[in-house]
Amino acid sequence: MTKGFRIAFKSVIILLSVLAALLMASVILWMIGADVSATFYTICIEPLTRMLHISEVLIRAIPLCIIALGISVAYRSGIINIGAEGQMAMGLLAFTGVALAFPDVPRPLLLPLALIASMIGGGVWGFIPGILKAKLNVSELLSTVMLNYIAAQFYSLCLRTIYLDPAEQVYGTGTPQSMRLTENVWLGRITGRLHYGIIIALVLAVLIFILMWKTSVGFKMRASGSGARAARYGGISVGFYVAASMVISGAFAGLAGGVELAGVHRRAIEGITNNYGFSGVVVALFGGLHPFGIIPASFFFGLMIYGSTLAPSKVGVPANIVQVMQGIIIIVIVTAQMVLSNTYFQDRVWRKFQALRKKGA
Amino acid sequence: MIDIITNMLSMCIPFSVALLLASIGEMFNQRAGVFNLGCEGVMAMGAFVGMLIPFMAGGGGAVSEWYNFLGFAAAALLGALFGLFFGVVTVTFRAPQGIAGIGLQMFGVGTAGTLFRHFVGGTQSIPGIPDIDIPLLSDIPFFGDVLFSHNAVAYLAYIFIPVAWYILFKTPWGLKVRAVGTNPRAADSMGINVSRTRYEALMLGGALAGLAGAYLSIAQAKMFSDTLISGRGFIAVALVYFGHWHPAQIMGGALLFTLAQTFQTIVQSMGISFPYELAVMLPYILVIVVLSFTSRNQTTAPVSLGKPFNREIRT
Repeated sequence: MTKGFRIAFKSVIILLSVLAALLMASVILWMIGADVSATFYTICIEPLTRMLHISEVLIRAIPLCIIALGISVAYRSGIINIGAEGQMAMGLLAFTGVALAFPDVPRPLLLPLALIASMIGGGVWGFIPGILKAKLNVSELLSTVMLNYIAAQFYSLCLRTIYLDPAEQVYGTGTPQSMRLTENVWLGRITGRLHYGIIIALVLAVLIFILMWKTSVGFKMRASGSGARAARYGGISVGFYVAASMVISGAFAGLAGGVELAGVHRRAIEGITNNYGFSGVVVALFGGLHPFGIIPASFFFGLMIYGSTLAPSKVGVPANIVQVMQGIIIIVIVTAQMVLSNTYFQDRVWRKFQALRKKGA
Repeated sequence: MIDIITNMLSMCIPFSVALLLASIGEMFNQRAGVFNLGCEGVMAMGAFVGMLIPFMAGGGGAVSEWYNFLGFAAAALLGALFGLFFGVVTVTFRAPQGIAGIGLQMFGVGTAGTLFRHFVGGTQSIPGIPDIDIPLLSDIPFFGDVLFSHNAVAYLAYIFIPVAWYILFKTPWGLKVRAVGTNPRAADSMGINVSRTRYEALMLGGALAGLAGAYLSIAQAKMFSDTLISGRGFIAVALVYFGHWHPAQIMGGALLFTLAQTFQTIVQSMGISFPYELAVMLPYILVIVVLSFTSRNQTTAPVSLGKPFNREIRT
C-alpha cells in the first residue's frame, strides 16, 4: 500500500463524511422549507463579517473550550462525561455563593476564590459519577445525565429561594435570579462583551497538553482509557485515575460556569448553561480530543451557536437547528473514525484499486 | 388520606406507559447486544409526530379517533426508521454505541424542536384520547379507579408485557435476539445473520420508543413541548438495568419510578410547603441510587452488550 493511497483514502472518507453531514442537515432544512444555502451562510459565514459578531462568537467559544478540555481528559481516561451541563450549573452556584457571601473582600483575593469555588462545585458534581463508575461500575452515561437534571432543578431552587435578589422580593416580580454580583468578582472586558476569560481558556489548553502528554499522571490516565486491563496489569490504579479524570472534567465545567458568570452575565439567571455541556462533547470530539484541536473546534462551534441565534430572524430557521447539526456531527465523526481505523476495509479497497489499475493498464 | 393514595395510584398506571414501552423497546435492543442511548431522541421525535397529525387534522379541535391512531402509527414508523439509522451507524459501521447514542439523542431532540417550531409554533393542545371505564369493574371502590378507568393504549401497553415476554423467550426470533446479544460468534457459526437480527431488534426497539413518545404527547400531556420527554428516555435505559433485562421486572421498575414522578403532582395539588424542585428531582435521584445497587453484579446482562460484532476479526 503506497503512502499516496493512504492519504487519498483518508481524504475521500473525510470528504464523504462532510458531505453526509451536510446532506442530513439539508434534509431537515428542506423539510421546514428553508433556503438551505442561505441558512448555512447565516450560521457559518455571516457571524464572521463584522467585528461585533466575532467578539460574540469568541464569548461563546470560551466556555465551550474550557468544558471540552475537561471532557477530553475524561474521554481519554475511558469515561464519557455528558454531565458538563450539571457540573457547570453547580459551578455557577458555588461562584454566586462566594460572591454573595463576601462582597467586600478585595478583588485580587475574591475573584480567584470565587473561581476556585466554582471549580470545587463542578468537581464535586463530577466526582459522584466518577466514583460510582470506579467502585460500583455504574454507567457514567446514565449517572451524568441524571445529575444534569438534578443540578438543573437544584439551580432553579437556589435562584428561587436563598439566592433570590432582594429587589425581586420588594417589587414582587418573581424572576428567579440573584442580585447583580459585586464588582469584585467581575472579569475585565477587552472589547464589547469579550472578556479576559479567553486568556484563561488558552492557558488551560496548554496546561492540559502538559498534563496529558508530559507528566506521568497524564500517561496513566491515557493508559487507563486505552486499555483498562493492560493498565491494571501495569500497576496503574485504574479506578483512581478514572475518578480523578472525572473530577478534573467536572472542575473545568464548573470553572467554565464561573468564568461565564464573571465575564458575561454577572448575576445568576436561568439559562446560563445554554446547552454548553452537550456542545462541549461535540467540540471535544471534533477537536480530536487534543487541546490544540479543541481551540479551533470551540471557535467553530461558537460560530455555529451564535449563527443559529441569527437564523430565526434572518432565514426563519429555529435556533434548535444547531442541536440537530451537533447530533449529526457526533454521529458522523464516530462513524468516520471507525471506517478510518478499519484496516481490513482499507486493505480491501486497496486490492480493488490495484485490480482496476491492472485492468486499465 | 385515602383519597390521596387513590389519586396517586390511579395516576401510576397511565403515567407509567411511556416509560414501560420505551424500556421494553430498549430491552430488545440490549438483548441483541446494542446499547441505544438515543432512546430519548427517538421518543422526542415520536412525541412530535404523534401530536402533529391530530393537530394538523383538527387544528387543535376535536378530531376523529383515527387521526390519533394514525399519529401512533406514524410515530412507530418513524421510530423504526431511527432504529434502522442507528443500526447503520452501530452495526454496519460499528461505531462506539455510547457516544453514537448521545449523537442520536441530540439529533432527535433537536429535530423535534426545530420541526415543532416550524409546524406548530407555540404551546398548542390536542383533544387526546379519552379514558375508558371498563363496565362493572370500574365501579369497584378503590381498585376501579386505580386499575380499570384508563385510556385504551394504557391497557394495550400492559397487555404487551406478556407478549414481549413471549416474543423474547418463546419464539425463534427471540432466541436469535438473545443469541446475538450473548455470543454473536456462536450465533454466526450456527447460520444466524447477526447484523440482520440486530437491525430487526433495533427497529422494534425504535418503534416502541416512538410509540412511547407518541403516548406522552397524545394521551398523557395532550401537547408537545421541548421539555416533554425530560430524561424519560434515559430513565427507560436505566430501567432495563434495574429490571435485569426481563419484561416483568421492567414493569415493576416502571411503576416504581412513576410513583416517584407522581409525587411531584401530589405536592403541587396538595399545596404542601415542600420545595417543588426537590419533588421533581426524586425520580432522577432514585435512578442513581438504584443503579448503584444493581450495577455491581450483572450476571444476567447480555454478555456482548455494547460490543460490535465483526466476523473478520478474531477476538
